[in-house]
Amino acid sequence: MIAISAADRRRRSIIDTIATGLIVAAGIGVIVPLFAILIFIFFKGLPALSLDLFTQNPGPTGVPGGGVKNAIVGSLVLLLLAMAMGLPLAIAAGIYLAEYGRSRLGFAIRFVVDVLAGIPSITIGIFVYTVIVLPMGRFSAFAGGVALALIMLPIVARVTEEMLLLVPQITREAAYALGVPKWRTIITVVVPGAASGIITGIVLAAARVAGEAAPLLFTALGNNFYSRDVLRPIDALPLRIFTYATGPFDYQHEQAWASAFVLVMLVLALSVLARAAIQRRAR
Amino acid sequence: MGHPTASRMLRPMQVSNTRARSDIQRPAGLFARVDARELLFRGLVTAVAIGLVLLVALMIYELAHEALPAIRKFGVGFLWSTDWNPPKERFGALPFIAGTLVTSLLALAFATAIGVGAAVFLVEFAPGWLRVPLSYTIELLAAIPSVVYGLWGVFVLGPWIQHTAGPFLLRYFAWVPFVDGPALGVGILAAVLILTIMILPTIVAISREVIAAVPRSQREGILALGATRWEMIRIAVLPYARSGVLGAAILGLARAIGETLAVALVIGNSTAIPHSIFSPAYTMASVIANQFREVENDMHRAALIYIGLLLLLITLLVNAIARALVWRVTRGQSTTVIE
Repeated sequence: MIAISAADRRRRSIIDTIATGLIVAAGIGVIVPLFAILIFIFFKGLPALSLDLFTQNPGPTGVPGGGVKNAIVGSLVLLLLAMAMGLPLAIAAGIYLAEYGRSRLGFAIRFVVDVLAGIPSITIGIFVYTVIVLPMGRFSAFAGGVALALIMLPIVARVTEEMLLLVPQITREAAYALGVPKWRTIITVVVPGAASGIITGIVLAAARVAGEAAPLLFTALGNNFYSRDVLRPIDALPLRIFTYATGPFDYQHEQAWASAFVLVMLVLALSVLARAAIQRRAR
Repeated sequence: MGHPTASRMLRPMQVSNTRARSDIQRPAGLFARVDARELLFRGLVTAVAIGLVLLVALMIYELAHEALPAIRKFGVGFLWSTDWNPPKERFGALPFIAGTLVTSLLALAFATAIGVGAAVFLVEFAPGWLRVPLSYTIELLAAIPSVVYGLWGVFVLGPWIQHTAGPFLLRYFAWVPFVDGPALGVGILAAVLILTIMILPTIVAISREVIAAVPRSQREGILALGATRWEMIRIAVLPYARSGVLGAAILGLARAIGETLAVALVIGNSTAIPHSIFSPAYTMASVIANQFREVENDMHRAALIYIGLLLLLITLLVNAIARALVWRVTRGQSTTVIE
């Protein structure tokens, strides 16, 4: 029989109160930075926003005015290149993991894909520099697209896997019963059944790489001029923000905040949309 | 960078069920035939999947190959030499390794303390109406691009450290080791704070999952014995969730180590070994970001790629440990953390 004294009970109750206070503070405190950042993006970015930002290219360095049209177009080109190169491979890998990946090999590949997702994007940039930029002898939008594709690959592969596993087994069996071979069942029944989920995952991955600048530093390089040429250096919105954040001129800082506003709105809109779609599916 | 738990929402509830039966073969009977297209399709997707493994191997090989001149010249001594002198072609990585270790470990300590607290709050304390919007907001924090954090760091956090936090710390906490002036704004402290904010979503999201996975009976048992709520958390919940929380922390560490542009913008770019929390410094990733485009000679480039190789090997190792830990807790489900 353990006797619990009143003093002991009070001490425990005080500790409980302190711990509860700290935990509540952590729970509330964790969203403070988000608001701190969003508030500044609004108050610094919104006033600097103008039509020129979207319709003009950067002027000569040091001359106020101009815009970031080349960077916006560049980001779109890079995103399209990354999706064109990365998505077919990612979806194929996802199909393998979901439909054929229950072996030891599948387990190992799943592990490597997860690890691949954790490789720093700057390292991916150097890798693409050594395998594409050096042999081609030039920086290019193509190299930038490859770098972004490599970042999308593991994300989309795993989302595809999880979405394919959501398709009820009974649907597959219905196809088998009709004499449809497994490969054709996957292409015509399973993948279309999971399509909306896969697309949602792709949108999330696109939102992620749209904000990446580190892998583009040594691949797409950035460009002060308007370019849509896949074999030449190209600008991107995150790269432009990086350049202007370190620039000496006030107009550069203003445009950096305005560009950050545009980028964050774009990325948040994509994330919110994708998440809403996921939640609707989950219900 | 990224979305910590899209996967949690994407995760099918009945995965284990489906999985268990997903290998039912088509009946092989009188009408079954060897389908060449079946083999072709299976071969194709398998080849792509194996290609991903080869890709990681190729990455290591390629970086090692390009770093070879530096590896030959400096060997393992590269790791502890402090000499970084591009014009004289003398290179050592210790200042960058030190910068990376100090910033990411400090950020990890802060983020784990706050993040696990926030996760406990979300699971054990938050009223139902607050839980979903709060988790959602934390996840959005992860969607903001790295370079935007950097921009905010340069124009908001840096000046705040220079004019408010720095003078305050120097005035009242100068007796603490490593609190030493002047506070320039950019430097170790700015990088630590930015990294803390950036890895918080990862740690909160995963910790919340593993804490929520602690069985209810475990909590009820200890409450029935007369424990306070904190004692329940300390004795029944946290030990049970320990290895998962550890995995979350290590995953956060991997992110902090690899984080590039946000850090490159606020760390202050100095190749000296940092001696105070206000010292300008460099991390492995940020020195590559800042110097790789303007290398002075081939040896400079090889040395930077050598650093990139070290960075790759460290993050591979740290990630592998983290995944293994998180996998063990969640039994292979829900491990895609979209970062």
